[in-house]
This record gives sequence, C-alpha cells and structure tokens, in this order.
Amino acid sequence: MTYLAKPKFHHPALPKNALGYTHRDYEGAVSTLCAGCGHDSITGAIIQACFELSIEPHRVAKISGIGCSSKTPTYFLGNSHGFNSVHGRMPSVLTGANLANRDLIYLGVSGDGDSASIGLGQFAHCLRRGVNMVYVVENNGVYGLTKGQFSATADRGSKSKRGVINTDNSIDLVAMALQLGASFVARSFSGDKQQLVPIITAAIAHKGAAFIDVISPCVAFNNHAGSTKSFDFVREHNESVNRLDFISSRMPIEVKYEPGTIEVVEQHDGSKLALRKLAADYDIHDRTAALGFLQHHAAKGQIVTGLLYVEDEAEDLHGHLRTVDAPLNALSEKELCPGQAMLDNFNASLR
Amino acid sequence: MPTANPISSVNDFVVRFANVNGSGSASANEMFARAVMRMGIPVAPRNIFPSNIQGLPTWYEVRVSEAGHLGARGGTDLMVAMNPQTFDKDIAGIEPGGYLLYDSTKPLPASKFRPDITVIGIPLTAICNREYTDPRQRQLFKNIIYIGALTALLDMDAKVVEQLIGEQYKGKDKLIEPNVKALHIGRDYAILNLQCPIGLRLKKADKVGDRIFIEGNSAAALGAVYGGATVCAWYPITPSSSLADAFTRHCAKLRVDPETKKAKYAIIQAEDELASIGMVIGAGWNGARAFTATSGPGISLMQEFIGLAYFAEIPAVLFDVQRAGPSTGMPTRTQQCDILSCAYASHGDTKHVLLFPEDPAEAFDFGALAFDLADRLQTPIFVMLDLDIGMNHRLCRPLAWDDFKKYDRGKVMTAEELEAGKDFGRYLDVDGDGIPYRTYPGTHPSKGSFFTRGTSRDQYAKYTEEGGAYVDNMQRLLRKFDTAKDLVPRPLQANAGKLTKYGVIYFGSTAPAMDEAIHMIEARGHTLDRLRVRAFPFHSSVNSFVAGHDFVFVIEQNRDAQLRSLIVNECGIDPVRLVPILHYDGTPITARFIAKAIGDHLDKLKVKPMKVVS
Ligand SMILES: Cc1ncc(C[n+]2csc(CCOP(=O)(O)OP(=O)(O)O)c2C)c(N)n1
Ligand code: SF4
Ligand SMILES: [Mg+2]
Repeated sequence: MTYLAKPKFHHPALPKNALGYTHRDYEGAVSTLCAGCGHDSITGAIIQACFELSIEPHRVAKISGIGCSSKTPTYFLGNSHGFNSVHGRMPSVLTGANLANRDLIYLGVSGDGDSASIGLGQFAHCLRRGVNMVYVVENNGVYGLTKGQFSATADRGSKSKRGVINTDNSIDLVAMALQLGASFVARSFSGDKQQLVPIITAAIAHKGAAFIDVISPCVAFNNHAGSTKSFDFVREHNESVNRLDFISSRMPIEVKYEPGTIEVVEQHDGSKLALRKLAADYDIHDRTAALGFLQHHAAKGQIVTGLLYVEDEAEDLHGHLRTVDAPLNALSEKELCPGQAMLDNFNASLR
Repeated sequence: MPTANPISSVNDFVVRFANVNGSGSASANEMFARAVMRMGIPVAPRNIFPSNIQGLPTWYEVRVSEAGHLGARGGTDLMVAMNPQTFDKDIAGIEPGGYLLYDSTKPLPASKFRPDITVIGIPLTAICNREYTDPRQRQLFKNIIYIGALTALLDMDAKVVEQLIGEQYKGKDKLIEPNVKALHIGRDYAILNLQCPIGLRLKKADKVGDRIFIEGNSAAALGAVYGGATVCAWYPITPSSSLADAFTRHCAKLRVDPETKKAKYAIIQAEDELASIGMVIGAGWNGARAFTATSGPGISLMQEFIGLAYFAEIPAVLFDVQRAGPSTGMPTRTQQCDILSCAYASHGDTKHVLLFPEDPAEAFDFGALAFDLADRLQTPIFVMLDLDIGMNHRLCRPLAWDDFKKYDRGKVMTAEELEAGKDFGRYLDVDGDGIPYRTYPGTHPSKGSFFTRGTSRDQYAKYTEEGGAYVDNMQRLLRKFDTAKDLVPRPLQANAGKLTKYGVIYFGSTAPAMDEAIHMIEARGHTLDRLRVRAFPFHSSVNSFVAGHDFVFVIEQNRDAQLRSLIVNECGIDPVRLVPILHYDGTPITARFIAKAIGDHLDKLKVKPMKVVS
C-alpha cells in the first residue's frame, strides 16, 4: 500500500485514447489493500481495459458486495458512481440498477466469499436472467477481509495459513456460470494482464451476462505452500485455452505465449511460469464442450483460463422484458401516469 | 317453529357461506355480494381462507349494512352451510333466531340442528345430479343454484344477478345461458317449496352512491402505477402476491407504449426477498421509482438491506401486506403485527417512515404518495396494508388523481447545476432539513460522482471512521426524520359531540370497526374523541391528543401493543396513559369487540355513564 497521494495534474506526454482521456482519467482513489494483493492487479487491468476501449468514465456504474475485493471499485474509475452494497448481494443491486437505466455499463465486482458462499443464490440468478453486465469475481479462495477463513471456492485438500485442511468440495463458479446460461464466461489470473485485459475488454463489449473468474492470490492469507490459489500454484497449474489479441506494452510482468505452445517465463522474483496454450481451434461457442473441457482438466489438477464461452447474439434481461429503449429512470409523469380520465374508466368498471 | 324469534331485518345482517376450498364457490359468492351492492346497499365481504389450494374449509362472509358499516361484525344471521367438515361448528356460530340453509339431499337427524334457528333445506346435490351429468358442472352450478335460492329467500331482484352473470361471462357468451338457468333452478325451487322471503330481506336502496368495490392490493398497485413506479421486484407470499399480480395487470393495460408495444416498466419475480429489496435499492439508487410487495417473513429477510437504504439514503418503497405472525404464523389471517419490525427495521439505530391506509382508496393515495416521499426523503417508505384491506373487496370512495400534479423527485443535482459549479456533497445538509442532494449515476463526466456505501462517511461521501463525522451524520438522519413528520399524512381527529376525558387512537384496517363502535360506545353512555393515525413518524398532534385526555385507548390487531410502544417510545408518553385494546386471533377486529372492551373498561373504572335519554 502506498501512502502518497496521486498527483492530479495530467502529464502532457501521457498517451490519450480515442476520446482524449488518459490512463489517469480511469484511475480512482489510492488502494488500501495489502501490497502485492492480486486484487490490485485486477484493478489495474480494469483501468487498462476501460482506457483502451475509450469508455466515457462516468458512464460506468461500479457495484460490489463486501470484502477486500468489493472495496476495489473505489480504486478505479473515480468519476463513476460506485455502490459498495451488502455482503453477497451485489447481483440484485446491479440488476435493479440496470433495470433503471439500460444505457450505462454495469461492472459488478465481487469476491469468492461474496459470490460462492453467502451470495451463491444471487450469483446464480443474475446470470440466469441475462443481466447485461460484467461480473468479476476476484477469487482468492479465502475470506480476506475477515482474516483468512476458507471460502467455498477453496479446493478440497488445500491448506489454510493456520494449517487447517479444507475437507469440503469446492465450487467452480466458471462451471456454474456455464450451466446457468451466462453468455460470456472466462477465467483468468490476476498475474496475467496479457490475458486478463483483453478478456475484460471483450466482456465489456459483450451485451449480456459476462462472467469472469479471476484467480487473485491473497498475499496475507492464501499465498503459502499448500494453497491452491497462491501465485506459484496457479502459475504452475494454469491451463490457458486461448488468448485474445489485446497486448499492452506497459505490463510489469510480461507473459507471452502462442496458442498450442508451452512457454516458460521467468518472473522478476525468479519464479517460473509454465504456461501451455491449447490449440487455436478451441471452440468458444460450444457451451457443452466447454463444460467437459473444464471438468477434464480439473480432474488433472489444471486450472483452465481464457475465454471459455461466448454467445454472440445473446438477448439480455431488457430484451426478455421488452422494455422501452429509453432508460426507465428518464421517463416522466407524461409517460408514466395514466391520469384521471383512465381512472374514471377504472372506477366505472368497479361499480 | 324455532324457540327463538326468527331474526327480522331489512338490509342489515350477515350471511356466511361455508365452502370447501377449490370448489368454485368464490366467484358465486362474490357475485352475491356484488348483487347487494348493485341494489344500492353497502356491503362488506370477507374471504376467510386456509393456506391450501384445495380441500380445506373456506368461508365467505357478506355483511349487509344499509347504515354503511364495513367492518366485520361478528356472528352470522344466515349460514349457507355447504361444507360437511365444518357443519357443526358453522351451526354453532349462528345467532339465536338465525337461519341455516343446507343441502338436504341426505336427511340429517334433528340433533344436528339447533332448536333456536330456522332450518332451510334444499336438496342441492339431488337437483344437480338430476340436471347435470358432468361432475364438474354439478359442482359449479350447485353454487349458482344456492345463489338463485337466496334471491327468493331474501327477496332480491333476480335481474340484478342475471346482469352480473352477463358481465362476468362477457366474451364467453356460451356460459351465460346455463348460469342463468342454474340461477332460476334454485330460485324456482325456493319459491315453490320454501317460505319466501325469510325474516332477512334485501330492499333496493341508494346508499352506495358513486363508491367503488375494489381490493386494497389492486388499489395500492394502481397507486404505484400512478406514482410512477417503473421497477417492481417481488417474491410470492400471501397476502401480498396479488399486489404484484395487480401491478402486472395494470401495467399491461396502462404502461405499454402504443406504437412500439414496449413496456414502460420492469417486473422481476426475484429468487427471494433479499434479492427483491436489493433490486429495488439498486433501481432507486439509479433514479427509478421502485418497490417491492411482501409480508412479515419477507420483511424479516430484508432487514440488512433496509438498514443500508436508511444509512446510504436510497429511496425505496415497500408494501407490507401484514398477516398473522410470528414465523409462518397464520399465513392467511390478518393482523397489524409488523409495526415495530418495520419502524425499526435493521441493526443499529434506524427509524423508518410508515404509512397506514385505512381502505383501498387510501391504499391508492398512499401507494402513489410513497414514491414522492421516498424520493423527497431518500429513504425506505413502508405502506402498511394487511390481509383484511389487501385481499378483500371493500366499498370505498372512487380513486382520484390530480392531473396537474408533478412528481416530487426530491433533491437531485443536475448536470447543468454541477457544470455551473454548485458544490456537491452527497451528505451535506445544505437546507437544514437533514435532506442532502444526490446525483444519478452517469450525470456528469467529471463532477458529482460519489461512492455509495453502508460504512460511515463524511459529508462528501468519503469513507471515515472518525467519531465526530459519524455522529454528525446520525444526527442529520434524525433531523431528516423530523422533517418527515410534516410531509407524511396527518392524523385525522374526530371529536365527540361533548367534552370528554377519554380518547382513542387507531389506525389502518381498524377504521371501519372503530367508526361503528363509537356509536355503540356512546349508546352505553360513554364519549370518546378519536384520532386515526395515518403515518409514522408521528405528527405533533399525536402528543397533544394524548396530552389533552386523561387516558387514551390504543386499538391494534397484534398481541404486544406495538403502536402503543411506538407512541410511548417516540413521543415520550407515560405508558399508563395509553390503554391497549388488542385483537389478534387472526380475524378482522369487530365493532362489537371494540365497544365491549372499551365499554367494560370505562364501566369498571366506575366512570358514571351519562344519562341516556331514550
Ligand atoms: C452479513 C455479513 N456477514 C459477514 C460479514 C463479514 N465479512 C466481511 S467480508 C467477508 C468475506 C469476504 O470474502 P470474499 O468475498 O472472498 O472477499 P475477499 O476479502 O477475500 O476479497 C465476510 C464474511 C459481513 N460483512 N456481512
Ligand atoms: S487480506 Fe488478502 S485479499 Fe485482503 S487486501 Fe490483503 S492480500 Fe488482498
Ligand atoms: Mg476471497
């Protein structure tokens, strides 16, 4: 965590996007998370994705639950409205917000405790409904904010920092999202911006329920030997299906590989990543195959990452409900109130 | 000849139909009630139904009252006993001198009846078996046949019922003729075989006027349409489901764009009440008018979110159609038992605005008003209905709307104001009324955005755990609640003709019973001033009303005197000054109950009744 306030002035040399905004315009307050927390890398990826997409920063609504992960919306898009709601209930708040104004971009940020434990129900139902949103789970396998208890995504057999072995089966949110009908499903790793930024970019561009599970090691409580969500474990077991064409030049850790190849990359901390890419003919349009693929690799102890499924022409919740094109929150008395004349008819029918 | 004098009454009696749930009796019985209304006689029907789809006992009570008393009365003058399961109990409930209409197909021993009532047998099953072959028809037409018999027994004009049949089956015209035929089978049987009319008679009157006949839930839902609600999120629960259903129906008629056929509303049947209130809060945060409809168990589930909306100051409207608790309690019986759980919903220090409509007309008014209040006060507003108002047809004044009225969207800072450099602090009390300005998400590229959270923050919405800032904010919320006192509907006072030391406070669905009871209490020689409380926080007139009397009865339909506790707590009133009168067995409170409880109390205090001049 850094204690220096970010300078507000804009350096004239900062690159600008199509709308003339710099990277700075997409930043938020200074993070108060632990130094090295995976969540901060995801924040960085979100900022990068929004910058690259040239989104108007204030046209995004950031909504989260409770947890370290759910705090992160304060750290990006400082000119957007944000809503840090209650634990496990981001999806319902986001759904309601989306119904009120279909014209904004909805970015839901949650944790694995927030989505897979207390909020599993809402996670499931907002995906079923096809809410047009990007739903990011910053998945560290623990409750960071309450100091390291297992969450429901912790793998069976993994070891907590205190040495406790998890005996419960884990929930794979990606498999569930596929089953629940999410129209964009991906998994990535906070330490892999090369993969993550393009996935977020593609998810924002997607119209429908986009779900991204981002493995995000908790350096305070889940980055030790025996944890299956640690940096090392994930790097070693990452089974990437693909990579989208979206390479940014200013990444601190550069991980580059080609589809269908194995590449070993040495990090600046000296650790090695062994990343194998699936052949480029992985079919991102086959929901059933995606599920099989996931399970097949999970059985081998591999964590599949990449864009696993996308439905190009998905209909979103507003489509299901056939709501008007104008945002509901912009309708006035004239459009909403039927007036006394209609009431007279109604009264007459009740006598 | 019965041992008690048969009751003789014109336009003032209670008919009770005892049926089996799912036997198709409801629409026939309702038609009877409507026919009474069409004859110009005030009528108050009540459905007493089980938590069951088919097979359990159900009753439909029709109170006929030319004097216009619409509260439940208690007792039955004419029992239409169509359910063998409850036959004995039904007979026991008949007033001395009352009447029993039963299916005499199978002869019953005299011991099954009472000597003090008039027993009227019609071999309904035998008639149906003779007239119809289809078992479904036998069942359905049996209901119409007994209505036909009632038209003769009560001296009604059969034409009124015929016309109602015509209206009910408009568009399915094939059904009109057989129904009219069944009506006349019953009517003719009675005329030929029974002594018609009996002592109870219906005579055309002109006491209904322009009043309408509507269920509170439907009226409240229409209030939501008129009030500009665009988002409804709900989870099914009796007795509130019909409110969401009605909203869906009203919207399909009133809120579809005629050209594009697209909806100017969004209705979500959520996965549970946590999700429904979450959606309402999300929509309210984003500038839409949103509501949920629920009952006690749903309110319990929503607690955490309600606290968030209170603290983060987000408009939300909740219709709580109360039923008997605790837990699943008596899910199809009425009570006013969520007063405290709504007034103080959620953990920490919270207080919420409650509205108490007395009938469907007020449910419409308050249903619309709730959205203005929610936007103005930026907080959850509870519309406290109950099963008695919500699920029964009630005669009430016609619904009215002022076409010049503009919605009060409250303090919302616009892009222009922000651009002009107006200072925006989300939790800044600029006007001294405790209400800050808000902005809708997406308003301005660089100004007016803020972070909404349930954690403590300063006036500019920055996170803080500084005690002073927290206390300031909590105090401002109290100021805001104080502001609410003058925005919510005021209590209505009705003074006794003469000076009295005693008063009575009541609210919601108790109103018609109280209005009737006052005459009975006066007949016992006591006088009372009345105050009908219509909202919480309490207007200062509640304090002065209590202060102006030696003591005040507080009438409620719950066990723990919840409104009384709220008055004691919020108005700082000595509890001994407030005498609880409590009715909570799940049936609607009656005038008889109120008059007896208050009359006995005043008698016991040796209050000398003033001389009754006969
Ligand atoms: C109703 C409720 N129960 C418990 C908590 C305490 N709590 C806060 S955050 C949290 C877990 C967060 O875990 P996760 O979503 O994985 O976020 P992380 O901190 O790991 O990013 C819990 C249990 C709460 N805020 N609300
Ligand atoms: S506790 Fe874990 S999840 Fe929370 S900020 Fe620290 S590293 Fe991140
Ligand atoms: Mg976590």
